[in-house]
Amino acid sequence: MKQKKLLAVASAGGHWIQLNRMIPAFEGHRLHWISTVPGLKTKVQNGTFTAVRDASMWDKPGLLVMALQVAWRVLLIRPDVIVTTGAAPGFFAILFGRLLGAKTIWIDSVANAEELSLAGRKAKRWATHWLTQWPELARKEGPHYIGSIL
Amino acid sequence: MIFVTVGTQLAFDRMVSAVDTWAGSSGNDVFAQVGPTDTKFNHIQQSEFLEPKDFDHYFNSANIVIAHAGMGSILTAMSYGKRIIIMPRKADLGEHRNDHQLATARSFVGHAGVSVAWDEDELIALLHRIDSETTEQDFVKISNTAPEPFIQKLRELING
Repeated sequence: MKQKKLLAVASAGGHWIQLNRMIPAFEGHRLHWISTVPGLKTKVQNGTFTAVRDASMWDKPGLLVMALQVAWRVLLIRPDVIVTTGAAPGFFAILFGRLLGAKTIWIDSVANAEELSLAGRKAKRWATHWLTQWPELARKEGPHYIGSIL
Repeated sequence: MIFVTVGTQLAFDRMVSAVDTWAGSSGNDVFAQVGPTDTKFNHIQQSEFLEPKDFDHYFNSANIVIAHAGMGSILTAMSYGKRIIIMPRKADLGEHRNDHQLATARSFVGHAGVSVAWDEDELIALLHRIDSETTEQDFVKISNTAPEPFIQKLRELING
């Protein structure tokens, strides 16, 4: 197996915890992390960590700053693969990553048990693999289901 | 000690006020992470935000955790084997941007170690009931990683 540059992205809180439960799947690759709370750096045991500004899909100026910060990191890292559980920083990471030719994997939060998140619906266009954690939400045309972090 | 958390983004005064009311009548020791709010609660200690290591400390020391229905709080409770009461935020009360916490809460009904309070009255009722039971009853901790079949499939997507 060829070692790849893997960028793992999640907002702080539930998205971050879910992403961290996937660490065994990242083994053997060079890891880079992006989240939204600087203190999470102390939780990263393997790889580089950068915090970007937190903003929701409803805070346009905040989103713009976050998007630029994420774009800059993606340009510097040039990841082969991006894995994200959302929300907004993950969306921007797979958007810029896909434009630069990375494989992008969106795993919608397990919190969204009845419908995909807004960021999750928007992610469809930019995700190589577009996944939900609920079999009830899976469709033939996507999102697909491969299991959940629970 | 009872630990209350509303997550990293938004205040949730409706839930914290209910706990405050209950703490006033029961005399329980409560520490609450309350998010960005100007409300000063009367019967509990409060902090707007906690650094990850302090958050872990309070979580670990708590007999029971009361939280908004956010996955971060629920997963952390499960990984510590802590009993947790969740109360969903409602979008029509301006507590979140949509009602995904109602969906999350519905998906955890009947789950061992997780109790759902649908509103503040139910929360207070649940707390009074728990007050008269033993609160030291911990649950089986979930592992820190996702189930192996999921990891295996994700690994294939990453490596393929």
